Amino acid sequence: MGLTLAEKILSAAARQDARSNEIVIVDVDVIAVQDGTGPLAIEKAKELGGKLAKPDKTILFIDHAAPSPRAELSNAHKEMRAYAKTSGAVLSDINQGIIHQRLIESFVSPMDVVVGADSHTCMSGALGAFATGMGSTDIAIAMVSGKTWLRVPESYRINIHGQFQPGVYAKDFIIYLIGMIGADGATYKALEFGGEAVSNMSLPERLTLANMSVEAGAKAGLFASDEKTRKFLESVGRADDWCEVKPDADGTYEKDYEIDLGAIGPMLAAPHTVDNSLKVIDAGGTKVDQVFIGSCTNGRIEDLRIAAGILKGRKVSSGTRLIVTPASRKVYMQASKEGLLADLVDAGATITAPGCGVCVGVHGGVLGDNEICLATSNRNFKGRMGNPKASVYLASPATAAASALTGQISDPRKIGA
Amino acid sequence: MDELAGKAWKFGDNISTDHIAPGRFFHLRTNLPELAKHVLEDADTEFASKVSVGDFVVGGRNFGLGSSREHAPQIIKLAGVGAVLAKSVARIFFRNAINVGLPVLVCDTDKIDDGDQLEVDLENGIVFDRSKDIKLEFAPLPPAMVKILADGGLVEHFKKHGGLAIG
Ligand code: SF4
Repeated sequence: MGLTLAEKILSAAARQDARSNEIVIVDVDVIAVQDGTGPLAIEKAKELGGKLAKPDKTILFIDHAAPSPRAELSNAHKEMRAYAKTSGAVLSDINQGIIHQRLIESFVSPMDVVVGADSHTCMSGALGAFATGMGSTDIAIAMVSGKTWLRVPESYRINIHGQFQPGVYAKDFIIYLIGMIGADGATYKALEFGGEAVSNMSLPERLTLANMSVEAGAKAGLFASDEKTRKFLESVGRADDWCEVKPDADGTYEKDYEIDLGAIGPMLAAPHTVDNSLKVIDAGGTKVDQVFIGSCTNGRIEDLRIAAGILKGRKVSSGTRLIVTPASRKVYMQASKEGLLADLVDAGATITAPGCGVCVGVHGGVLGDNEICLATSNRNFKGRMGNPKASVYLASPATAAASALTGQISDPRKIGA
Repeated sequence: MDELAGKAWKFGDNISTDHIAPGRFFHLRTNLPELAKHVLEDADTEFASKVSVGDFVVGGRNFGLGSSREHAPQIIKLAGVGAVLAKSVARIFFRNAINVGLPVLVCDTDKIDDGDQLEVDLENGIVFDRSKDIKLEFAPLPPAMVKILADGGLVEHFKKHGGLAIG
């Protein structure tokens, strides 16, 4: 019997046949923490003896509060910088960007097992790696031993067909899918994306899908590593890191879904759960106080191109604030070179430093009481953007840009390029 | 400590780690006793001041969804809560809770009301609701997690066995 992607990667990492529902101990290839979870992981790693199993593959990201808005956080950052020096771990400081974007740009290769003290670590699954989020203690164990334990997940196969309508994007599809299977519909499972539409999908689109797999409860969101993956790695100067990874044709899946992209329109996740999905046309007219374009889900160059394409030469509605956060320094530089930042600023946007602050409600775009934000990030839980009295809708960069223009939730297909 | 007893604090479905340890208190993550003063604040603003040692947090479906912040189960434990009961639990929260030694029990919490007096027999997998005089069974923990919990959490497990001894 054949293997699913999860079984294939975990079998290699466990050096034994690893089938669904088995508990295995695997070697990990990449270990990541951020400034919210890192200090605790470092404390536990020190308690366990401290020496890192793979220092050059242990990366400490300072991104959630970057640059630091408070002394307490500055002190946590100091500790992380000092630990990087003494332990040999890699430091990704405030100028570098968001953990998951940095991981796919510089650290993760197909077939890797990636563990991170951040739930959206699953984004690296788009490269054909088994990537999953854990807490600080689990990560501390991985830091000192180079290993972790896992239950091999059963997989749901998501077969995607057809093509997006103009104005509809991967973000709309994943919000639609999570609405369909529910915020706990894939708990403890892996989502394995396939079908001819996936072969045509660009890496950034795959990243958005893998990123939000955890919003259906999934342990991982997985893609085969193919020619598109190779091209992506080449584009970030890592062509040699590529290898092909694909599931066997006769793998066993707990469920199969068949989805036609052509049937999906622009979608929203309405407050306060990600599975509270809704068509944009059914929420048209809702006034928005703030629009946020950024995060590990949709802060890439492709997303900024879409937003700038809509906003260039126009003005953000006077009652609405637009905040744009490039996901990494690389994205920031590229957007600058292409003139996108100038177009966005000219339209009325505020550009912030690459990082997480706005998405996680730490700083940079905290909402006021009863305010409504439309965001391209991945979570809309109560309090998520810093204020439990505010509401967050999630949508694609195109819907975000269209809504910034009109000051209300708007269908990008009605705006025109 | 196989017998736990206390009062039920009832919460709804989809209580996220943002409800439990809100992002606006991000700067308190390195100060857990302070952070614990805000535990579950975005689900019940007064919970931290009302909860007593030994009480239970009783959730609905998908308890603990969201981020990987281990601070969430840690501050529930620090607040004195004996166990979390829920109809279902999000994956990372479940693993984190066991790693820090907070029991998480999956049972039919629809039968429990806010304020009910509960007793939990961890070993035999039974919740007694003394206010209603009913018994609820909870699903046994996976063997790997029983081992970690019995060793006193993952760090202790690792120290005791000189590595991971699961599987
Ligand atoms: S951008 Fe948001 S979701 Fe992504 S890692 Fe940062 S805080 Fe988490």
